[in-house]
Amino acid sequence: MRQAPLSPQMTIALPVLGAASILLAWQYLLPLLGVPAYIVPTPTAIFGVFQKNFSLLIDNLRPTLIEALAGFVIGNLAAVLLAVLFVHSRVLQAAYFPIVLFFNTIPILALSPIIILIFGLGMTPKIVIAAVICFFPTLVNMIRGLDSASDNEHELFRVLSATRSEIFWSLRLPRALPMLFSSLRIASATAVIGAIVGEWIGSDKGLGALIIQATFNYQSDRLYAAIVLSSSLSIALFCLVVLIERRIIKY
Amino acid sequence: MPSAIEARRLDVGYGGRQTPVKVLAGLDLTVAAGSFLSILGPSGCGKSTLLRVVADLLDPLGGTISVLGATPHTVRSRRDVGFVFQDATLLPWRTVRDNVRLPLGVGQGRLTRKIEDRSAELLELMGLGGLSERLPHQLSGGQRQRVAIARALLGEPKLLLMDEPFGALDEITRDRLNDELLALWRRAGTTILFVTHSIAEAAYLGERVIVLAANPGRVVKDLDMRPFKQEGNRCKREDPAIVAAMADLRMALERAS
Repeated sequence: MRQAPLSPQMTIALPVLGAASILLAWQYLLPLLGVPAYIVPTPTAIFGVFQKNFSLLIDNLRPTLIEALAGFVIGNLAAVLLAVLFVHSRVLQAAYFPIVLFFNTIPILALSPIIILIFGLGMTPKIVIAAVICFFPTLVNMIRGLDSASDNEHELFRVLSATRSEIFWSLRLPRALPMLFSSLRIASATAVIGAIVGEWIGSDKGLGALIIQATFNYQSDRLYAAIVLSSSLSIALFCLVVLIERRIIKY
Repeated sequence: MPSAIEARRLDVGYGGRQTPVKVLAGLDLTVAAGSFLSILGPSGCGKSTLLRVVADLLDPLGGTISVLGATPHTVRSRRDVGFVFQDATLLPWRTVRDNVRLPLGVGQGRLTRKIEDRSAELLELMGLGGLSERLPHQLSGGQRQRVAIARALLGEPKLLLMDEPFGALDEITRDRLNDELLALWRRAGTTILFVTHSIAEAAYLGERVIVLAANPGRVVKDLDMRPFKQEGNRCKREDPAIVAAMADLRMALERAS
């Protein structure tokens, strides 16, 4: 039997209660079970890091934010432009799409040292890694989206003697937007992952570097604080994408 | 009366000229300007294909076709053809008004005549006046088809091609739209080619009904409906003469299937 739907108040209250119950168990149950603080610090200890080392956290958040944002914009823009090129030239798509596919199968962890070798140790390689990680899902989704108009829709535009550019702007692009936004949602999280992976390999700044330093120094409360911060960054980026999507796509 | 369409020994098919699969073979058809032609036939007989050739969406393999005294390509470039599909084919991101106005926004560059924005008038005419700011998903099936018809009429086409436009609607809505379509046709004098699966709809709407048979598509019945109707293609659905004509069409359709 299907369960009755929850009331609006409950749909807000229940996740809050769920999270609170886990935080309480974490705070009080784990120490009772003898889990040492250097493996899992309590939520209050992690919150304490935000109070004590706020400026350290913010100083490390800033480069990661810039790298993730720049990588997000550059990677997605490149993917959209290449998708437009591919759907307008089947020859180019047939020739180069398999290469892009192969490129995507290289694990980002294997690719990152090469990118750092090419671009040095500044912010650029982290931006490139974040861009690369965003690029592929958007490319695939955008190609599918731009090709998703039905035969009847294409015939309608043909009856109206529409030009290629009119078909692009008035049919293909609006048709592709929902699929573009679903890949942007994914990219909002992966861009942050890309920036952090880049910082792991060669950096002394950023949340990735902070995570590595805190791990080696057994500062697990600082490590967890950096994790909370990077996850919050992904969530903020995700919410921004959803906000823009809701303003643009109303159907 | 001059003819709107003249097709002679028309062959249409798929798969290229070397190994064609013929959908229409040796089709001869003359359609008088300003008339209402219903096209009936079993699935795969080439009804929709015929409309697509007239609209220059498909090239024939052989034979000749003249539309409004010119080639289908010329007529399409002049925007003298309107097309209504079975699914309304409305763009879901555009409001009702903007869907109707689509012909103003695209394909204008190649057009010598200026299309006027008659969207407000057409929306009123189709009973959509209060719905102009709605999005397509907020409309019923019948309302969506009304929008599609208004969009097709915006450029004042001389020829309106309708490919089972009311096929997915319930019977009451379909009957109502049939009457609205006839009223529009009487007012505008547009030539209409109307493809349908329904014998009753074909008989009620058409001044003339042709039945196509499949494999390959050809005309197997050509029935002038005017003797069964009053002035202006008017009739009652339950009129014995119309019912008799429908029985005649049914027999032809059964033989063709």
